[in-house]
Amino acid sequence: MIINHPILGPRDAQEFVYLGDASLINRPDGLTASPAEMHDYVYLRDNPAGLHRELWYHEQGDRSWLVVTRNTVTHEITKVEMARDVARSMGRSK
Amino acid sequence: MSQSHRIGGGQIDRTQPLNFTFDGKSFVGHPGDTLASALLANGVQLMGRSFKYHRPRGPLSAGSEEPNALVELRSGARQEPNTRATVAELFDGLQARSQNRWPSLAYDALSINDRLNSFFTAGFYYKTFMWPAAFWEKLYEPIIRRAAGLGSMSRLEDPDDYDKGFLHCDLLIIGAGPAGLMAALTAGRAGLRVVLADEDFRMGGRLNAETYAVGDHSGADWATAVQSELVSLPNVRLMTRTTVVGAFDHGIYSAVERVSDHLPTPLAGKPRQTLWRIYTAHALLTGGATERPIPFENNDRPGIMLAGSLRAYANRWGVAAGDRVAIFTNNDDGLRSATDLQSKGVDVVAVIDSREGGTLLPGIRHLRGAQVIDSAGRLGLKSITVRGPNGKVETISANALGVSGGWNPNVNITSHHRSRPDWRDDIAAFVPGSGGPANLHCAGAAAGHMSTHAALKSGAEAARHIAESMGKQAPYVLPVAEDAPVQITPLWYVPGGKGRAWIDQQNDVTVKDIKLAHQENFTSVEHMKRYTTLGMATDQGKTGNVIGLALMAELTGQSIPATGTTIYRPPYTPVAMGALAGRSRGKEFKPFRLTPSHKWAAEQGAIFVEVGNWLRTQWLPRPGETTWRQSVDREVLQTRKSVGICDVTTLGKIDIQGTDAGLFLDRVYANTFSTLPVGKCRYGLMLREDGMVFDDGTTARMAEHEYVMTTTTANAVTVFRHLEFCRQCLWPDLDVQLISTTEAWAQYSVAGPNARNLLAKLVDQDISDAAFPYMGAGNITVCGGLRARLFRISFSGELAYEIAVPTRYGDALIRKLVEVGAEFDAVVYGTETLGVMRIEKGHVAGGELNGQSSALNMGLGKMVSKKKDSIGMAMTLREGLNQPGGLRLVGVRPVDPAASISAGSHFLPLGAAPTAENDGGWLTSKVFSPHLGCDIALGYLKAGDQKIGTRMRAVNFLTQVDTEVEIVSPHFFDPEGERLRA
Amino acid sequence: MPDPHAGLKPQTALGHDVPVTITIGAVTITERFDVALASLAVRRGRDKDLAKAAKAADLPLPPAAMAQFAVPYSAFWMTPEMWMVEAPFASHEEITAGLKTALGDTASLTEQTDAWVRLDITADNPVPLFERLSNIDLATKPVGFAARTVIEHLGTYLIKRSPTDITLYGPRASAQSLLHALEVTAKSLL
Repeated sequence: MIINHPILGPRDAQEFVYLGDASLINRPDGLTASPAEMHDYVYLRDNPAGLHRELWYHEQGDRSWLVVTRNTVTHEITKVEMARDVARSMGRSK
Repeated sequence: MSQSHRIGGGQIDRTQPLNFTFDGKSFVGHPGDTLASALLANGVQLMGRSFKYHRPRGPLSAGSEEPNALVELRSGARQEPNTRATVAELFDGLQARSQNRWPSLAYDALSINDRLNSFFTAGFYYKTFMWPAAFWEKLYEPIIRRAAGLGSMSRLEDPDDYDKGFLHCDLLIIGAGPAGLMAALTAGRAGLRVVLADEDFRMGGRLNAETYAVGDHSGADWATAVQSELVSLPNVRLMTRTTVVGAFDHGIYSAVERVSDHLPTPLAGKPRQTLWRIYTAHALLTGGATERPIPFENNDRPGIMLAGSLRAYANRWGVAAGDRVAIFTNNDDGLRSATDLQSKGVDVVAVIDSREGGTLLPGIRHLRGAQVIDSAGRLGLKSITVRGPNGKVETISANALGVSGGWNPNVNITSHHRSRPDWRDDIAAFVPGSGGPANLHCAGAAAGHMSTHAALKSGAEAARHIAESMGKQAPYVLPVAEDAPVQITPLWYVPGGKGRAWIDQQNDVTVKDIKLAHQENFTSVEHMKRYTTLGMATDQGKTGNVIGLALMAELTGQSIPATGTTIYRPPYTPVAMGALAGRSRGKEFKPFRLTPSHKWAAEQGAIFVEVGNWLRTQWLPRPGETTWRQSVDREVLQTRKSVGICDVTTLGKIDIQGTDAGLFLDRVYANTFSTLPVGKCRYGLMLREDGMVFDDGTTARMAEHEYVMTTTTANAVTVFRHLEFCRQCLWPDLDVQLISTTEAWAQYSVAGPNARNLLAKLVDQDISDAAFPYMGAGNITVCGGLRARLFRISFSGELAYEIAVPTRYGDALIRKLVEVGAEFDAVVYGTETLGVMRIEKGHVAGGELNGQSSALNMGLGKMVSKKKDSIGMAMTLREGLNQPGGLRLVGVRPVDPAASISAGSHFLPLGAAPTAENDGGWLTSKVFSPHLGCDIALGYLKAGDQKIGTRMRAVNFLTQVDTEVEIVSPHFFDPEGERLRA
Repeated sequence: MPDPHAGLKPQTALGHDVPVTITIGAVTITERFDVALASLAVRRGRDKDLAKAAKAADLPLPPAAMAQFAVPYSAFWMTPEMWMVEAPFASHEEITAGLKTALGDTASLTEQTDAWVRLDITADNPVPLFERLSNIDLATKPVGFAARTVIEHLGTYLIKRSPTDITLYGPRASAQSLLHALEVTAKSLL
């Protein structure tokens, strides 16, 4: 597979490490989250046949975490974003 | 009978003889020959025995689709089984042997299987060897493997190298026949970066095998002229002997280049083969078509081959496969074989044309509405039996028969992403379907354009279309070429025979087998394939698959498209395991990481252990020591008595800076670091979000906004990845910057009562306990000004420091430490001693950091701060991890000090049966403690904190150890920590 | 090799007292031991301050996937908001301290001199060598291209200094493995 890195352009997926569902960005605050909330964050993932937003790490490249929107059926990649930008757009900051 | 069957013409160099042997017999061929063409030129038709029935077989084809002529090439370590003689390029000195026969090719004892054929029908293995189950491994499998084998391996290490590589292009063209060459020319002139790959050693595809003109040239000469122009274009790369074997996601293709297979041995330094990973914007499949036979009774005799191949041997290689040749065809292309052979002076005894009516070939006995129904000749064709239109049966003497059942476009690669091909009635064949790999286009015969003109035009058009999509103009002029339509009336097999008619010659699948599969209701193509093994041999059914499913269509009364097809998968042709491994084998399987003390340690005769890619000193034997335990015991005792030195460079080091560095560490560690004073370090416990311990290490605060984290050797990479995740995805606005410095610093642990005394001789500053207390950290200089770092930390329980210098001085520092340490009888120790001392001290490491253990399990529950949020804190609090009676880290020692215990043992109450209900936990790590004079271990024991002082059994059925043990504190040595604060 | 530190002799990443040069056919591989390195990461929100300070110090901060060469400081891009700075070792052994003075608290600086092995490869056409080592499309990359790539399983920075001059920075501990990969590949081109 080829991942079109937002900064570096097309790079071979072999250079990346896969983590999984991009919902991992949405981490609840450990001091205030209910056990159920924390449980869902840690353990529950959607497993769609189709579009999936997922985290990839360019470990053998520039060390950027990316959010890749990939069709799990066709492997077509329709969007690649810097995870940091996605995190900020979701309201994450410090 | 030297080259008795060689006729005129062909693209071989007759001025140069090439000597080769087949089954020990010497023959002569020429450059340009394949092994098959050279053997045929010498009158040898019999080249192999079939897989199951051991039937005598000759080549069916002249290309990579070959199912029959599989041979062993070369000898010794380079012996390679199952090579297709039809694509093996001849070289001087080639040794080839037939396979799957004993004692000889002509007299094969296991041809008895052929007589027993009624037992060996479809599903034979499934039906016969089911019972009793115990017989399978001992009896059935060895017999089957011996009887139904292919070639044999040398069982020696492959002496050749295999390389890998990466190519980039706008357009990869797969196949250099008329369509591929025309496409390459069009795209190349337009300025596209083109890679043109062809599996043959000579480009041109069918043009080399045909007599038609292209423009003013012969087809072969036109192909040569086009190549000359392509070679002159810097943007075009021509790759012969290169098979594109697979299509992968997003325009990536893999190809195997046979760099040296046409040579006796690879030239010095050269690989045997290179596996290319080709990144493409577009790809064009111009892989041509493969002819299919028409099964009839005994259609597998040597001398019976595809009509187009028979013609190829005559036109390209100047070989007449027989001197009395017949043709059996259901289409016009078969007629070309007859006329070509006749024009070369070969006696064409008859053309058996299954189609009714139509014009007859002049000057040839052309039988219309006729079929070949049987053949004779055990080791080579002697005659064929023909049934005429009126039902009259006659026997015609012939020693070669060309059969043409039509041509199948080579759609294989278009199916690699599960696209199924579409059926076309007009050419009676499957063509590439929709939904294939994105940006993979098809042209020429591969796309169903069967005439030379149509191939040239579709190749040029495809190239023009691709060029325009990339913003480039690509005009072209087509040379004039034949444009004969496909005239075919399908005949899928000759009905009515009582004997066997072969569909898949490599796996010995017959018409009867398909009928049996149908009878037993294995009618779906996927079931039929697996039940009969149709298409499951190394040729992947290139000649047989379509016939099999056409037959199933007939049996089920469905159309061929409704019956469907199985899907071709990579690789297109077999790939050597060596090519996939490349250079990653043996000692080059992976790169090594060498520690700064490696050179010195190697000089001392150190024993090294692989830790990830690192080679670490495991122990350092001294003269007279005969067992590793002697060395390790000495290293431990000497360190505890005086001082020991150990290379700890492999521990991960991560530089963490920024105004929020302390806050960041508070979040990634379970304990607190923002309060750590500058110049101090602290043990840190890192959890996963699920509350399990991830890693541990010591982190030092070097300046207000600068920390140095250490990780375990094993987790250095994953911890860094995790920290980047936290920094970029969880808290993107924290002011924190990360970089690894693992290899920038050579770091040594100096431990033992004399550690300070030794270091004081090197360090330029005061390192007394007052000036540099326990858990101190700071920048220092050594040896009169070399910048260095010093950390007063201990993994061994001794007074200990870790000292780091720029890595280029690492070798010098170990030598200096040893030199200065001589006064204290300093010892250098390895990872075994490190392990002994950490277990004596009760520090967790590999066996305890197993990814399933919480801080509480490790007795470190109090380290998890509940006052702040950190990764894993919330899940640490969950009920399930806080049950009374959960696993706790304990120390273990045998009641009888002479008894041994072993890691992996399970705890059982004394007298209890060894059942899962009685299982109390397990021993995680075990060593012999020279200090205590007995085995000691760490382990996780249920309610272990309440069982200190009790006795249990430690049982390991694998190592046959069952020992009564005492549960003790995990801190075997200096539990109060007085030594390390000394 | 000067010996500024009594009794401590430095070694190159390949384990020699002096750096080696190896010529195989048209390929020359030279170990460089005379370059000091420091990573430089901008502190959060200090981009403009850093740019100003860097300009004053003649320190280039090239855009993504690029390197810029100057005296005494050259630099190549590593990751968003981070660069590697190169300077002559003889004059800049303490490169971090020097940069700290110039840049103050606008950036985080980390000494990297000894974390890497630097190999300079010279060949009339380095493409055939590198197409067997890395998936970088070297032929189409401009001079000044710099990126991390994988060579023989090792994360390695590749810098195109000219059409015939390529610099590799590979992990120091694996210097011998990296050199070995270059050597066998160069020999396969003979």
